[in-house]
Amino acid sequence: MLPNPNSKYPIPYILHLADSTLILSQRNSEWCGHGPILEQDIAITNISLDLIGQSRNFYRYAASLIGNDATEDSLAYLRTEREFKNLLITELPNGDWGQTILRQFFFSTYQFYLFQQMQNSNDGQLAAIAAKALKEVTYHVRWSSEWVVRLGDGTDESHQRMLHAIDELKSYTGEFFVPADYEKEIGLDINLIRQQWEEKIKAVFEEATLPYPEKTFTQTGGKTGIHTEHLGFILAEMQHLQRTYPGAAW
Amino acid sequence: MVASTNISIQTVWQILATVTDPEVPVLTIMDLGIVRDIKIMEDAGIEVIITPTYTGCPAMDMISMNIKLAMVEHGYTHVKITSILSPAWTTDWMSEEGKRKLKEYGIAPPKGNAGTIAEDGIECPQCHSFHTKLLSEFGSTACKALYQCQDCKEPFDYFKCH
Repeated sequence: MLPNPNSKYPIPYILHLADSTLILSQRNSEWCGHGPILEQDIAITNISLDLIGQSRNFYRYAASLIGNDATEDSLAYLRTEREFKNLLITELPNGDWGQTILRQFFFSTYQFYLFQQMQNSNDGQLAAIAAKALKEVTYHVRWSSEWVVRLGDGTDESHQRMLHAIDELKSYTGEFFVPADYEKEIGLDINLIRQQWEEKIKAVFEEATLPYPEKTFTQTGGKTGIHTEHLGFILAEMQHLQRTYPGAAW
Repeated sequence: MVASTNISIQTVWQILATVTDPEVPVLTIMDLGIVRDIKIMEDAGIEVIITPTYTGCPAMDMISMNIKLAMVEHGYTHVKITSILSPAWTTDWMSEEGKRKLKEYGIAPPKGNAGTIAEDGIECPQCHSFHTKLLSEFGSTACKALYQCQDCKEPFDYFKCH
């Protein structure tokens, strides 16, 4: 694929999309074999699979623009922590099931409104990836929002756990809407995405009898490679094989 | 061995109609609507254009390999597989024959058009009751949801509208 000369999407932005989906996929896959019940173990790992599919599409596209023998694998396995541009919320530890669910709901809702705009982008490849992913993300939003309601409006304990999850995650959602330098020219209406995102979260929280955190501190850094201490451990686990045996293949 | 130059596009379609989905072996890739186009390339090789069902579907690599193997079996060695994302695959492209075969195999076929999220009225492929319930929106593969029949109590897969 040749680079699109009219593309407004810089390579760092595509890598940011790829990294966020890869890291959250890796995190969710930690639930494999540990889900609360079999059906939900399967659900969260299915979402992992969808996310890794998205990240492969983004990495392949980025690799085609970078050239110089870059591949989806070299971009995923051979970049360092400071080169990763994923959102901080994706690298946080899973916590309990409630925290995993809430993060998925926050992230999928963000993806949903982002991809809705991106599917009409003038960058044909990115528009195609977004249109394809949007179909899957619709399911992720539905599934995770139903769980937020079930746990929020469930037992005393599940409600308490959701309150705890909100406390753990609330300072990381603002990063969705704080554009990095490479994000300023992409022609998406980030303010609209924020507005739609907040409306959806508020509606589901109300049904779930959970308080929407109005004014919170916003932690940023992930988009420019400044990460929490958690990312290094994820990369160590994810990359050690390729780094120990470069070029190893199945 | 047959030279690639003598092949007609019609023959390629016929060969591809024998390639099945590794996860749902009763369906061919033609039933699924995965094959979008076939082209004879300038150097007389054959290009098969496919589209993935789900973004992360692990069966796609195997399907590509199986296409190449089927072509080689018929003597065509110069085959290129191109994967495209747009327009995005939809269950609307699944053939009626495919839906019938799915049901016989024990998987409820997609009900309605792309975008519909049907929860009720999915027919049990075992006892044909419509008294069924959704157990989980995510089943044994990305394309399926898990249901249970309330009459015969049998759990079954439903191929989701997509």
